[in-house]
Amino acid sequence: MTNGAEYKELAWQGLWKNNPGLVQLLGLCPLLAVTTTITNALGLGIATLFVLICSNATVSLVRQWVPKEVRIPIFVLIIASFVTCVQLLMNAYTFVLYQSLGIFLPLIVTNCAIIGRAEAYASKNPVKQATFDGLMMGLGFLLVLFVLGAVREALGQGTLFDGAHLLMGEWARSLRIELYSVDSQFLLAVLPPGAFIAMGLFIAFKNAVDEKIKKSAPKKDAEAIERVRVNFDAS
Amino acid sequence: MAFWIASSPHNHIQNKTSALMRLVIYATLPGIFAQWYFFGWGNLVHISLAIISALVAEFFILSLREKKIPEQIFDGSAILTAILLGISLPALAPWWISILGAAFAIIIVKQLYGGLGHNPFNPAMAGYVMLLISFPVQMTSWQPPLQLLAIDLTFFDTLSVIFTSFTTDGYSMEQIKTHIDGYTMATPLDTVKTNLTLGLTIAESMDSTVIGENFGIGWEWINAGFLAGGLFLIFKKAIDWVTPFSFLFSLFVFSFIAFTFSPDSNASTMFHWFNGACMLGAFFILTDPVSGATSTKGRMIFGALAALLVFLIRKYGGYPEAMAFAVLLCNMSAPLIDQYTRPRTYGHKKEQNAEDNTNA
Repeated sequence: MTNGAEYKELAWQGLWKNNPGLVQLLGLCPLLAVTTTITNALGLGIATLFVLICSNATVSLVRQWVPKEVRIPIFVLIIASFVTCVQLLMNAYTFVLYQSLGIFLPLIVTNCAIIGRAEAYASKNPVKQATFDGLMMGLGFLLVLFVLGAVREALGQGTLFDGAHLLMGEWARSLRIELYSVDSQFLLAVLPPGAFIAMGLFIAFKNAVDEKIKKSAPKKDAEAIERVRVNFDAS
Repeated sequence: MAFWIASSPHNHIQNKTSALMRLVIYATLPGIFAQWYFFGWGNLVHISLAIISALVAEFFILSLREKKIPEQIFDGSAILTAILLGISLPALAPWWISILGAAFAIIIVKQLYGGLGHNPFNPAMAGYVMLLISFPVQMTSWQPPLQLLAIDLTFFDTLSVIFTSFTTDGYSMEQIKTHIDGYTMATPLDTVKTNLTLGLTIAESMDSTVIGENFGIGWEWINAGFLAGGLFLIFKKAIDWVTPFSFLFSLFVFSFIAFTFSPDSNASTMFHWFNGACMLGAFFILTDPVSGATSTKGRMIFGALAALLVFLIRKYGGYPEAMAFAVLLCNMSAPLIDQYTRPRTYGHKKEQNAEDNTNA
């Protein structure tokens, strides 16, 4: 396999075909718990993305020296140290967001998407590919978080990018879009059951799209043995 | 050699789904009439809105699922769901409440699980619970019976409140709920619950205006209406008598025990029977053949469990009425109940059957 095709395949796997959120259904706990607004979703998504890239790179770097028997504790140790970095960084620079993410920020350590990639891909592949895989898987996860957050925020409180300045600084205040104003929130979208229902609908949508792609793809005809037509009259 | 297994040739009764559903819809009429008599046009408006919304939702999802639309849309199940939802809503809730609830009940609760006969939860009650947890303010503003209202509530006033949240004379929901003496009225169940937290006894609560002479003005007659409708259904063999009997009897037992222990802090048994959605739930919701238990023994447990939950939530829970929550929790446990109450098949011994169960 050429290098380009390999990266392309990795990107396709991470973003769509083997998406950690929609297909592998990994890391559902933070996925469903914190996606009440786009800001929260982005905050957690970026944190996870960062941890995933760094942990994949590190795991891939040390893969020759890690004994097979103790690999899992070592992976967890690596992941935990990066999560601690992220946590301290967010505590310092985006304090309000840090508070609203609460326990789910340190819980990135237990996010099975990260340890899953370390185990399944990074520990068997060279650094470059492993880092790229981390980036794509992280982006795929971020994408799902973002869409889920957008839908829940729009349904729940009728806004988009509410409180974006907590993540991106003062300029982001102007990002806030008010779709419609309501007297009462649609609490179902904000509460966890709404997240489950929305998630289920997304998965159904993805499967429907896949089905459609599969149907519209040109069918490969079974190779039939063709007889050579011999025209005797033409001689 | 294969034997062709057909149903018994002498069985000629072909009960169609639509006929059964129509019968159940007729049976709700006495209760709906009592609602109309005591609480005005609100519920009828909501029932119509819910029916329209349910049919549109059903049409939309059936066409998505490429099913036979004309047959399935008019089999009456969607209409019945909408009616049950419309009955349970507060009479003067805003219009989008019933539309949203019916659409949710049909699309998410019924059709996404595979349509009629495949839904694990009762669609009407799941829709109601969704509304209750999503819009607590709108879903708990119950209107007091018409005879207690200081404001005359005509049909157009009702329409106007539902669609614009003000009557034609400009009164708001809060003003409608206010008694002529200037205090806000609630439902009997809510009154009793609030009074208990205020340290009043049951006997003192019973003097409240909304309760009237018996168990609650209007509410006792609505429940009596649904009781009559339910008995009619049992008489017509449309529903099994076991579930309602087990439910009502168990509720009687639980509330009787509580009442004998401490009559000051526990409402009487009849108060539990004739308030809230008790009779509607017993005869129209718990007897749902799809989401309930199937064997006789299973139905007894199912009804008793529902009664226990209703009693516990009414007494200790955060909400004054518990029927919808109890139904959903029972629906959830119905498969398990069925698993352990599988009736003995003809020709098999009891032990053998139990062994099969453990192996399965």
